[in-house]
Amino acid sequence: MRKILEVSNLSKIYGKGCPRCIESTGPEADTNMCPHCGSVVAIHDVSFDLHEGEILGLMGESGSGKSTVVKNLYFDQTPTSGEARFFEEDTTHEMFNLNAAQQRRLRNQRFGMVYQNPHLGLNFGISSGGNIAERLLMNDVSHYGEIRERAKELLSRTEVLLSRMDESPAAFSGGMQQRVQIAKALATNPPLLYLDEVTTGLDLSVQARILDLILEIQQERNTAMIVVTHDLGVIRLLTGRALVMKYGRVIESGLTDQILEDPQHAYTQRLVASAL
Amino acid sequence: MKSPILRIEGFGKHFTLHEQNKRIPSSHNVNLEVYAGELTALIGPTGAGKSSVLKGIYRTYLPSAGKILYRDKHGVEVDLAQADEYRMLQLRHEEIGFVTQFLFCLPRQSTLDVVAHPLVVRGMSREAAREKAAEMLASLNLPERLWSISPATFSGGEKQRVNLARGLVARPRLLLLDEPTASLDPVTAERVITLIEQIKAEGVAMLAIFHHPELTQRLGDRVVALTPPPVASKQPDMNEQKVEVFA
Repeated sequence: MRKILEVSNLSKIYGKGCPRCIESTGPEADTNMCPHCGSVVAIHDVSFDLHEGEILGLMGESGSGKSTVVKNLYFDQTPTSGEARFFEEDTTHEMFNLNAAQQRRLRNQRFGMVYQNPHLGLNFGISSGGNIAERLLMNDVSHYGEIRERAKELLSRTEVLLSRMDESPAAFSGGMQQRVQIAKALATNPPLLYLDEVTTGLDLSVQARILDLILEIQQERNTAMIVVTHDLGVIRLLTGRALVMKYGRVIESGLTDQILEDPQHAYTQRLVASAL
Repeated sequence: MKSPILRIEGFGKHFTLHEQNKRIPSSHNVNLEVYAGELTALIGPTGAGKSSVLKGIYRTYLPSAGKILYRDKHGVEVDLAQADEYRMLQLRHEEIGFVTQFLFCLPRQSTLDVVAHPLVVRGMSREAAREKAAEMLASLNLPERLWSISPATFSGGEKQRVNLARGLVARPRLLLLDEPTASLDPVTAERVITLIEQIKAEGVAMLAIFHHPELTQRLGDRVVALTPPPVASKQPDMNEQKVEVFA
């Protein structure tokens, strides 16, 4: 399988930072806030590879930095330091050296994002179909009939009732909103999808159907995905490899079944032992 | 002289439990060889670390010591104890199968799809894979009315057969079997034994844990007996917790 993404030494610090930030934070220091300058080391020195069609899990508790990783890779934030390379057939993009227009192109065409909070991923001021149209328009699909057809196709693929495609997502249930978000993310058939706690807070039965949908999409389109979750069940169900994060650091990584059955780090052992 | 597909030298596995500040030994100094078309039987009492050997080969456990030298279909030797994650995933998809004691599969999937999955991963079309899966389930005597539903509600023996069918359907080069006939009635067990003999004749290399001496005698071309790891005298509580809590 071809490598699609390579992340090296990614770091993000909120605040002005000081020379002692790194040594004073992390799992050993038991905090991510620097006691000397008050800056928050959200992530430090995160490196990993992602291959075509692979689902990688980022796990850890709230505040471990797992969402920050995908937000930086989706250009929602700018990292303090580090590199990321995105590989297309004929080109390699140094993601953080690109200009704004080039980054926008990757974001709009090559990446898809599904947020835990649908308000971040969807425009509630327009219809569900309109949300998808918006993404297609950014990709130079401008024929009304064609947009309408694509939107229908995507919404029916993610099992959103077509009779409601002209309603705002505000009128939808949480599970339905996630389906619209997934449809929107898939609009350009991106090779890379970021999923940030997409099932958190949903009913179990709704969660199950969303997870099934994600797996089906991965199998149909060979989409590579980075799945951020604190839910070990989601990790076990979806991912082949996983990274465990704590206080902004990757403390353990490996094959998912190995992480869950033979965790090496004290924190991972505690995490796995506390699964319901 | 033919060379083995798998050669294990000095394999050891222990668990370090940080919370309890304990080190739990499991397998120690295991040496064995597995050849194409032959079955190596792994025997020994509970707690001797038999399952840990299989899980170490499949890398569900990280080996603590030793070498696991596997010769792949291109003749390249790779130490599974050191191989990177992508190499392991590739070998799992293409060459090494594992039938565990417990069935883990995606929920809400039909039995037919569960069994067909390893073939789909290898690139077969869904229809063709389901056809093969159906043949496999029929040969293992699983009633056809169960094929379209998820194995979640099946009895132990039925799950065991689904698990076996999934492990055997893609004919891996190396097959790891953890007590393959444990929860089966005598008639079904006999079918499984016949099937193992058949795929052995097809050239599949197998490493299997058996508890019944007659099975070992009937199917094993080589027998490796494991003993429980020695207890370190300084830490008398090390042995009180059995490895099975991890299984």
